Amino acid sequence: MAISEAEVRKVAHLARLAMTEDSVEAYTRNLSNILDLVAQMEAVDTDGVVPMAHPLDMTQRLREDVVTETNHREAYQAVAPETEDGLYLVPKVIE
Amino acid sequence: MSDPIHSLSLKKLRDGIHAGNFSVMEATDAYLERIANFNEELNAFITVTRDSAQAQAVEIDNRIRKGELDGAMAGLPYALKDLFCSKDVLTTCGSNMLRNFVSPYDAHVAERLKAAGGVLLGKNNMDEFAMGSSNETSAFGNVRNPWDTDCVPGGSSGGGAATVAARLAPVALGSDTGGSIRQPASFCNITGIKPTYGRISRYGMIAFASSLDQCGPMAPSAEDCAITLNVIAGLDARDSTSVDRPVPDYTATLNDSIDGLKIGLPKEFFAEGLNPQVGAVIERAIKEFEARGAIIKEVTLPNSHLAVPVYYVVAPAECSSNLSRFDGVRFGHRCENPQDLKDLYERSRWEGFGAEVKRRIMIGTYALSAGYYDAYYLKAQKIRRLIQQDFAEAFKDVDVIMGPSAPTTAFKLGAKKDDPIAMYLEDLYTIPVSLAGLPGMTFPIGFAADGLPVGMQLVGNYFEEARMLNIAHQYQLSTDWHTQVPAKFA
Repeated sequence: MAISEAEVRKVAHLARLAMTEDSVEAYTRNLSNILDLVAQMEAVDTDGVVPMAHPLDMTQRLREDVVTETNHREAYQAVAPETEDGLYLVPKVIE
Repeated sequence: MSDPIHSLSLKKLRDGIHAGNFSVMEATDAYLERIANFNEELNAFITVTRDSAQAQAVEIDNRIRKGELDGAMAGLPYALKDLFCSKDVLTTCGSNMLRNFVSPYDAHVAERLKAAGGVLLGKNNMDEFAMGSSNETSAFGNVRNPWDTDCVPGGSSGGGAATVAARLAPVALGSDTGGSIRQPASFCNITGIKPTYGRISRYGMIAFASSLDQCGPMAPSAEDCAITLNVIAGLDARDSTSVDRPVPDYTATLNDSIDGLKIGLPKEFFAEGLNPQVGAVIERAIKEFEARGAIIKEVTLPNSHLAVPVYYVVAPAECSSNLSRFDGVRFGHRCENPQDLKDLYERSRWEGFGAEVKRRIMIGTYALSAGYYDAYYLKAQKIRRLIQQDFAEAFKDVDVIMGPSAPTTAFKLGAKKDDPIAMYLEDLYTIPVSLAGLPGMTFPIGFAADGLPVGMQLVGNYFEEARMLNIAHQYQLSTDWHTQVPAKFA
């Protein structure tokens, strides 16, 4: 296996996924298969190759530093699971 | 008797409306009726916007009569893949995570089509978050291929492909990250184009892998795609990767001659992995181009076999980053009775996402985690450069590249569902093009011995969409593969 069950549990936590214990085995197998596929990259000589971040090698377009967004708080909060007085509600964070 | 509305091209629909042969309402109702008759079987739509479509039709009929609207898409019905945000319309991205998400705004392309006087018929089913090649990862059930309802339509834009193939809409917008327009279009006997990366704004298109995602039209013909591309292509300040470059009239050059066209065939695309039945159809179509004066040359893309491995680092890495926005706080699914913030995040995400999405998030998270970045993401970005350079070399000798869009015809529902790697290899020929950011399209060229459609993939150099549409259009002028519809849906 290219990845262990312990590593899968750790990655699930890093990705903020509450992985259930009965799923660990299947994910470990599937992720290992994907990593085996990806391992074909290792054999390639990439010394001196510039990584490609963008196909067109563009530079970032800049805009005037002015306000362009209007306030949509009400519309955006209308789709939130829970809000109160214009604030998003989450479980208590600080005791 | 005149031809039924659903058999008309976009141009004939538009001309029929403007000549007063039928109204926008009649055209809209004709398609809504087909959706009512056939969608239950195909499951191609997640949402049908019947009421708003009829309201839009009334308004657009009035505006056309008053002479306020006379563009090439005025009054034309269309469908959107359910990852394009549509204001006040359910936008699910095929996921339980967004099962109740009514978008507060329109995607750029939705705005453009609205402004052009189009009528939104509904939102197409898709693989969850566009991750899949069979439309079986949708939380809203699989889509069936109109050519054989026991087969998949391809994915991830499978709903749009089935919709157009069964003529439930004259055009649909899809998105393509590694082949999600081209492979389903090929499986369903329609034409589809993924333009150059950056040609169409991604604003409001729910992100999967931002350095690869690109929107594009899916329709029966290259002419229909050209008409649609004219409306949706171009600069949008809200997408910083949208390219500031003039948009040609894609319909103006459709009738240019393709005499002397130099077509490159990558030898790697005709090697092991290609179903011989599909290969035979491709080779016959290549001979047809040759008979019309095209010059055929073999080219080589020596790093193309690395494209699938590279893609399964780059795309999951970007997906794990993009999908971190789904936290159960601002929108989307939230778990019941969260104990604390960590529990809220972890259970909301575990419950909201399906298995394939979670696999990709985890692969991406792993590849980007401390100590692994150089071995995975950086290495993949370097090989991505090599793949791009292969294409640059090939385009020194040829005008366009042709080959299969997919290694097989449509496969049976369930055949590859439990084998992610077999599913990933479906995109063997489309992924290299996506990684290079090049425009790729597919158009129907016939049927394999199993009776299922085969699409030809056509790859152009950057921003050569007009030339590609021209080539496909010329082929379609003298063939009728693209007008064929399964008997049941004729």
